[in-house]
Amino acid sequence: MTTTVDEQELAARFDETVARRDRIEPRDWMPEAYRSTVIRQVAQHAHSEVIGMQPEGAWVGRAPSLRRKAILLAKVQDEAGHGLYLYSAAETLGISRQEMTQRLLTGRQKYSSIFNYPALSYADVGTIGWLVDGAAICNQVPLCRTSYGPYGRAMIRICKEESFHQRQGYELLLTMMRGTDEQRAMVQESVNRFWWPALMMFGPPDADSSNTAQSMAWGIKTHTNDELRQKFVDMSVPQAEALGVTFPDPELGWNEERGHYDFGQPDWEEFWAVVKGNGPCNTQRIAHRQRAWDDGAWVREASSAWAVRQQKEACHE
Amino acid sequence: MSEWPLYEVFVRSKRGLNHVHVGSLHAPDDRMALLHARDVYTRRNEGVSIWVVPSSAITASSPDEKDPLFAPSGDKVYRHPTFYVLPSDVPHM
Repeated sequence: MTTTVDEQELAARFDETVARRDRIEPRDWMPEAYRSTVIRQVAQHAHSEVIGMQPEGAWVGRAPSLRRKAILLAKVQDEAGHGLYLYSAAETLGISRQEMTQRLLTGRQKYSSIFNYPALSYADVGTIGWLVDGAAICNQVPLCRTSYGPYGRAMIRICKEESFHQRQGYELLLTMMRGTDEQRAMVQESVNRFWWPALMMFGPPDADSSNTAQSMAWGIKTHTNDELRQKFVDMSVPQAEALGVTFPDPELGWNEERGHYDFGQPDWEEFWAVVKGNGPCNTQRIAHRQRAWDDGAWVREASSAWAVRQQKEACHE
Repeated sequence: MSEWPLYEVFVRSKRGLNHVHVGSLHAPDDRMALLHARDVYTRRNEGVSIWVVPSSAITASSPDEKDPLFAPSGDKVYRHPTFYVLPSDVPHM
């Protein structure tokens, strides 16, 4: 019986900590469901950063100037770093890096559906920076105050770097908009393809989001999917005007009464199809990740062997 | 193959400040841990010095010990300057 009482006391202490918006730290007692929810969210976030290197990484060799190559390389390197910050945050909850990699490769853990869309033109590099990273920032800024300490701290580092990502994308598009008619058309075409998938990044409508209520009660999430989506639309419309492009939504318009933009709904059937593995690039993304993992095996093995040899030699001296 | 050991990373952001814990990473040995720490945690001049420590070398107070371990300082309020009431017109105190 004592265990039950102890457990109740621990649960009460956990609830109090969350209620006063204080942070939960790795060695604190936490409900198993909280632990698994944070692991699921942080791992999914980490996988998104890592898989997110692929669509843009493909353009590093084809970027039109040394300056653009250097910028893109730095951005893709940042995404790898963001993945690492997040993997280490998840590991504090007792899941190993290898386990997460395996769950990604076998489809048991997901990554953001946006990365299952291809980057077909160079303008997509700009659009991804502006809209995809812009949507990510909307999602991530409130996560700096999430209830799980290591996750919040990782988000603070990420948000600082993410701002460069968005600005380089917007600047790239601005440069193309000052170019030829063909370049301007390329930007508009790219924005048309990415607008709806960017809105889907916030997840399903609140009514269909099974995890939102519990995640908000636990302070893991602080805003609902629809709140963040609205915020993103409100931010993006004036940016599109300044750029000189339009969004492919006939319902988009200012609502004086609400003080927000009205907008149409993305195709949620498409969203669920992509989440379930049937997007344009799902198979390709995982195959690429698997290849990178397999091709890197000899590096991991060689550096382990080197470390062992160094240790042995140090012992003999 | 087993995973590379875990290291905790501490960065001194500038001269005159303490090293502060910034996160962790896996590496096969100490030297690689330092190189990885540079790449992962200091891509934008975030630091002038890095420490890496094997996580297994850290002994931590457990949250369950929180009360007995930190309680002795709780009842010694006379250790704080605000415990002493002085007339407000005494200068430089």
